[in-house]
Parts: sequence; structure tokens; C-alpha cells
Amino acid sequence: MLKIILAVVARDLKLAMRRQADIVSALFFFVIVVSLFPLGIGPEPDLLRKLAPGVLWVAALLATMLSLPRMFADDHRDGTLEQLALAPHPLGLVVTGKVIAHWLVSGLPLALIAPVLGIQFDLSSDALVVLTGAILLGTPALSGIGAIGAALTLGLRGGGVLLSLLVLPLYIPVLIFGAGAVDATVSGLGGEGHLSLLAAMTFASLGFAPWASAAALKIALE
Amino acid sequence: MLEADNLECVRGERRLFAGLGFQLEAGELLYLQGRNGAGKTSLLRMIIGLLPPEAGEIRWKGKSIRSSGDEFRADLCYLGHLNAIKEELTPLENLLASAHLADEALSEDDALDALEQVGLAGREDLACKYLSQGQKRRVALARLVKERRPLWVLDEPFVALDVAAVNWLAGIISTHLQRGGLTVMTTHQLVAIPAGTVRELKLS
Repeated sequence: MLKIILAVVARDLKLAMRRQADIVSALFFFVIVVSLFPLGIGPEPDLLRKLAPGVLWVAALLATMLSLPRMFADDHRDGTLEQLALAPHPLGLVVTGKVIAHWLVSGLPLALIAPVLGIQFDLSSDALVVLTGAILLGTPALSGIGAIGAALTLGLRGGGVLLSLLVLPLYIPVLIFGAGAVDATVSGLGGEGHLSLLAAMTFASLGFAPWASAAALKIALE
Repeated sequence: MLEADNLECVRGERRLFAGLGFQLEAGELLYLQGRNGAGKTSLLRMIIGLLPPEAGEIRWKGKSIRSSGDEFRADLCYLGHLNAIKEELTPLENLLASAHLADEALSEDDALDALEQVGLAGREDLACKYLSQGQKRRVALARLVKERRPLWVLDEPFVALDVAAVNWLAGIISTHLQRGGLTVMTTHQLVAIPAGTVRELKLS
């Protein structure tokens, strides 16, 4: 079981390394969107500190959305997805591997660069730590929920827009608790509760989303 | 071994075929023939279990393929009209990755040997995007060299191949049949397969 998940992760990471432009462009999108806010709002530290969690999280959601349409589309186009569906193990395990690989190339880099961007918003070091932790904990849920949307819109014309309409509303809980964790830390309440809820959402979506996506993929392959 | 009963296929509003059945035993080859749009690929996709039939049932070793699931897929090798190779990976990486993902043990030496047999020696380390159409097809076909699963389902395997490669593939298929394997394939080029019993099924 673990073997097949690792095989999928290894293959997808190798493919991502051969196509680094995709990773870099999503990361740059994140950096630029976040950096535009301090420039537009001006040097008002109080206001920036208030805005920071929301801005960073909304940018992280949008950056994740950028890479979602390709999650299954490439495999679908070249026929690899059929072969994966015909392999003698449940398709849900394959999708679990793809979700993990997607997080490693889209969510993890965002979490690593977020603290650097947080400095532009004059966040305290406590808040930066919580921000990084929240993005680390929350982005796997984004990849998981996104996989369902990517599988449902596979092969549709204009699927990209439909994908955003399907997936962004489902991202709202992650956004609320992710930004809430940083807010709570800034205001001195402590963000542990929010972080626990984020972790719960991540585990729930990693357990459930691959199987829902696999069911959608089977319909797309008919 | 492989039996189909009373199959019916409906795509969109059109009924492509109904009441179709066949039986295939070890060492037999089934040629599916028919004009474009007759439902050859749809029938293949039913046999491999990706497309549920509107009516009827397909059985492998006496068990319905819908209920046996993973067990049936462990006996199946499917080659579609898409090559299922990754342009960014080299032929060697493609072969090893597809074996790993299909839960097959394939050593690097075996993979290199298979690539040599399909005439890709010296190109193992070149990304597949630099290969020609026919060479890409050969990478996809290299899977068959070490493939020991009993049921092969091939969709237009001879497309884009030169004469030498067509003969080589016919040889590989006969060896498979001699070992007691089964093959179902569609083709517009009738290629003589030297061994095994050949059955034909015309869809119209």
C-alpha cells in the first residue's frame, strides 16, 4: 500500500523537477501578490499587521489553484491515467500519492517563503512562526479538496473556471482558521485552537478526498 | 478464460451494438474488426473494465470482472491508442515507472534489454519528447517484451510502426500466445500472427 503511494510520489516529483517552471511560476505569483499589498496600502504598520494573515492566506489559496488543473490533466491527455486506473490496486491510493506530490511542490514552498513575506507586514516573530505552521498544516487540505475539483472537471472545456467556482468555496474553512490562527496570536489569545482545527481538516481531507476523487476519475475515464 | 455475454453498448443516444458475445481460451487471439465508429474501442474498454456495459457481463476465469476487480487487473495488460509515456522522462525511466506503478518487478537490466529489442538502444537516456512518433510507440510497446500477464488487450498496436517493427510485434504476440496467453486486439492492418488460434469478430 505504502509502496504504490511512494511510487506515485516519486514519479510526480521527478516530473515536477523536469518542469520547474510550473513550481516557480506559482511561487512567484504568491510572492508578487503578497508584495503588492504593502506597496498599495503604504507604510502604515498597524493596518498592515491587521491585513497580513488574510492577504497571505488568500494569496496562498490562489497560488494553489494555479497548479490544480494540471493535477490529472497531463496524465489524462497522454493515457497514463488509464494505466493507473488499470493497475491492480485501488485508485484511491494512487490519488493519495498524487495529492502528497502536489502538496510537496505547491504547498510546501509557500510555507517556506511565507515568513519572509510576513516581514513586509511587520509581523512579530511569534506571529511568523504561527503563520508558517498554519500554512504547513492547512495547505495539504487545499491539495486534497482541490483534487476532488480537479477530478470532477477533468476533460471539460473551460474546466479551469469551473474548478475555481467548485473549489474556492470549499477552501473557506481553511482560510478562516488559517488566518484566524495568526490573528489570534497577534492579539495575544494564542492560535493553538485554530491550528488543531486546521490539522483536523487536513487529516479529514487526506483520508476522504482521494477516494472521492478516484470515483470522479472513474466517471471521467468511461 | 475470457467470456462475454449479451453485451450492449450505448454511447450518447446511439446504440453501437447489442447481444454481443464471445469466448476466448488460452492461446487464442481475437481480432476485432469494423469500420470507424463501430464500437471497437468501446468494446475494448468494456473488456478492461473502464466502461461498464449497458447490459450483459464479462467474465474472467469464470468470475465477473466487476466483482473480481484488482484480481482481474493483476492479469491484464492494456495498451491503448495513447502511448501512456511521459514526454519529460527518458524511455528507461518511463518503462521502470510504468512497471512500478503497475506493481510489477522489472529490473533495470530487463528494461534496457527490452528497449534494445524494440530498437531504441542508445536512446535510453534521451527525453521522450525528442523521439519520433514511431519511436514513442516503440517505447510503449517495450512494456510487452517482459510482460507475463495472461490477458493482453491492444488497441491498434500496429499504428505508426515501420515494417520491421510490425513483424517484431507479431512475433512478440505469437510468443505470448504460445505461452498460453490471450490477446484481444483491434487493427485495420491485417497482420499474420504465426502462432495460436485466431478468431475474428466483426462489429457492424
